[in-house]
Amino acid sequence: MGDLLGLVLKRLGLGLVTLLVVSILIFFAVELLPGDTAQQILGQGATEETVRALREQLGLDRPMVVRYLDWLSGAIFFDFGVSAISGDPVTASIGPRFANTLFLACYAAVIAVPIAIFLGVLVALFRNTVFDRVANVLTLTSISSPEFFLGYILILYLAVKTSLFPAISSLSEGMTFGELLHRTFLPALTLVLVVTAHMMRMTRAAIINLLSSPYIEMARLKGMPPFKVIVRHALPNAWAPIINVVALNLAYLITGVVLVEVVFVYPGVGQLLVDAVSKRDFPVVQACCLIFAATFILLNLAADVGTILTNPRLRHPK
Amino acid sequence: MSKFKEKDVLLKIRDLRIDGFSDETWVPIIKGVDLTLHRGEVMGLIGESGAGKSTIGAAAMGYARDGTRISSGSIEFDGMELSTATEGERRALRGSRIAYVAQSAAASFNPAHKLIDQHTEAPVHYRIKKRMESQEDAMTLYERLRLPNPSEIGFRYPHQVSGGQLQRAMTAMAMSCRPDLIIFDEPTTALDVTTQIEVLAAIRDIVDQFQTAAIYITHDLAVVAQMADTIKVLLKGEEVEEQTTEKMLDDPQEDYTKSLWAVRSFQRPQKKRPSDGSPPLISVKNIDAAYTGGVKVLDDVSFDIYPGMTVAVVGESGSGKSTTARVITGLLPPSAGEIQFKGQTLPKFYKDRNRDQLRQAQMIYQMADTALNPKVKICDIIGRPAEFYSGLTGPALKQRVDELLDLIELEPAKYYNRYPPELSGGQKQRIGIARALAAEPEFIICDEVTSALDQLVAEGILKLLDRLQQDLGLAYMFITHDLATVRSIADEVVVMQNGKVVEQGPKDEMFQPPHHPYTDLLLSSVPEMDPNWLTTLLEERGVDNIGEAATS
Repeated sequence: MGDLLGLVLKRLGLGLVTLLVVSILIFFAVELLPGDTAQQILGQGATEETVRALREQLGLDRPMVVRYLDWLSGAIFFDFGVSAISGDPVTASIGPRFANTLFLACYAAVIAVPIAIFLGVLVALFRNTVFDRVANVLTLTSISSPEFFLGYILILYLAVKTSLFPAISSLSEGMTFGELLHRTFLPALTLVLVVTAHMMRMTRAAIINLLSSPYIEMARLKGMPPFKVIVRHALPNAWAPIINVVALNLAYLITGVVLVEVVFVYPGVGQLLVDAVSKRDFPVVQACCLIFAATFILLNLAADVGTILTNPRLRHPK
Repeated sequence: MSKFKEKDVLLKIRDLRIDGFSDETWVPIIKGVDLTLHRGEVMGLIGESGAGKSTIGAAAMGYARDGTRISSGSIEFDGMELSTATEGERRALRGSRIAYVAQSAAASFNPAHKLIDQHTEAPVHYRIKKRMESQEDAMTLYERLRLPNPSEIGFRYPHQVSGGQLQRAMTAMAMSCRPDLIIFDEPTTALDVTTQIEVLAAIRDIVDQFQTAAIYITHDLAVVAQMADTIKVLLKGEEVEEQTTEKMLDDPQEDYTKSLWAVRSFQRPQKKRPSDGSPPLISVKNIDAAYTGGVKVLDDVSFDIYPGMTVAVVGESGSGKSTTARVITGLLPPSAGEIQFKGQTLPKFYKDRNRDQLRQAQMIYQMADTALNPKVKICDIIGRPAEFYSGLTGPALKQRVDELLDLIELEPAKYYNRYPPELSGGQKQRIGIARALAAEPEFIICDEVTSALDQLVAEGILKLLDRLQQDLGLAYMFITHDLATVRSIADEVVVMQNGKVVEQGPKDEMFQPPHHPYTDLLLSSVPEMDPNWLTTLLEERGVDNIGEAATS
């Protein structure tokens, strides 16, 4: 297991390097965006002197490299500077929003991942039957409709027509956990519908891919019933691709939920990012992008480690 | 007809017909085969690939492989008709009363579970034994099969155990429910000769001890002679003949059976090294090599290959035969030593070699299936090296490809525009040969070129290689683990073990004692047609001194 720790540390190191490269890209890409923060803050009527004075005050007149290093040294300690618009620290405004996004992602993942894998196993078991086809058509339909559309459909049927769940997922102080789950159910369900199909189809494909292996035939010739063959003999060897697609979908749940947040007026980080971009609040944009990049890198690292852990050849070296 | 009584019939197959799905239609692959097996009887099923041996083996378990279906006939196991039984009833027999031992234990053990968990699966599933009981039974069986550390080896994962040991563990697994019948499907084909012996001995022991009936499927006549009471010869889904083993060996009736026996008789005259002191064509000098970061796999390997001669390099898997080939071709730069071509040192890495030097080291591979790109036409497979090395284009190129196809005895007009998957195994291997010839080399490395082929087809390939050698003056480095092949075509033999050359010399000397102990072991491990060969050998060596025990 010592090897494993070394491997994880190595991957983690590589992840940090990737993050550094990404931070450079983010910083300079944002700098390249047209428009000027000082101009934006002061509005059209500002004189050149006031704009220049504000630029000096914000430190925007320094060379880009210096500003990058300054920003980076802060970012290491989660200090992303202050918002160019409100003047509040970026960390303080992103923190609770990011926590909300994480909560919603976890909520959706806890429902979606087990369902997707269980369904994947079932459709592999009943492959090429009516059940397989129906499951395929339904999940494909849900993945091919735009998520805001799915959201509105759910609102129409579960909120407007039946009032089972609230249509708007605004959060307030002092809600119990149960209330929280109830109030965020619709956005979570939308996300579940969006990510399930991908994971289920990968589970099915990964299992069916193995069914022609000699050890699967061996299990059948030992008299094992089909369900046991799939769950005990195929699934343990199919984890690697499944874990990878799960990790990608989890990353999507965190970074790709902007539309869902907008539809349900959910105070997540995606909405914050959209606002910040439209207002040219560069510190917030940069911080959000960096957090998204870190999420991707961490989840992929987790997938790599998971893949190693499920491979007996790596877990139990000779 | 023999020592088995009529009332003890265990398996009775009558007029079995099985279809296979190919090219979108069902075509018959087993065309009415009868089979009668008594309790305790071992029947050998032999035939070439495509004869339907394995399909019949699976059918005896009431199992139709993916892409096959049992279309008609009766399969009666111990009074129960399998062809009309429900899937559930048939499944209940598998593992408990009929067990299966697969060709490649390494592929047939699930990599995700420990051996013992796979062993206890069937007994626990059928509630024949409790888990702990079955584990203890596994250890007893491992001990009987002479596996090292019987109480511990089951707790390892398949990749932690060697191939020969896995094959014995799989035999133990088949025994876990004490079945009445075991189907052995080429259980030793993937093993080295020295490992094969211990598995053969183990299988024969266990089948004897428990009075289990067995169907032993193989294409190796010498192996089946050791194992079987009766032999049934199959050809293209039909029975050729069935006899007791002695009678079959001494007095085969059918022409096809006789031809199988005769295959091993091809032998070409041995050539001597040129005596005029000319330099060797290829000279391997004190080569050390290792794969990235790994341990040394070649240790001070040296041998010479003279023009127009065939040098057979023999040894078990892992002995460094193929690695030597990779060093010669420049795919794996050696860490020490050098390769000379006609006295000139070749650059170590293939990228540093010029076109003329590259041309000299052509390879023919074991698996023609994977060595030929399935999406490229034959004319392009052969045409590309001809274009690359000789700069031929247009009509000249086409003419050259036609010539090459003629050389390998395939009709140019018919094969020019076809794709590899449309060809048979032997034809694919011929294309592989033509591709090597297209470079106009003086030296070709043949890496186990016949081991994936049936004996009759392999014989054709060997004869072709021999003819090409005479016509074109080629030198071959012939990598093989099959000593029968060595006998038929080699001029000189190099024996390798653990990355070292243990012995080398002209073939006639190598097949005469005295030998290096390892050469001796290798030679004596090759099964012979004599049905008592294994028994005699075991008596000579002693049961504890066979296979891996003897090599270490």
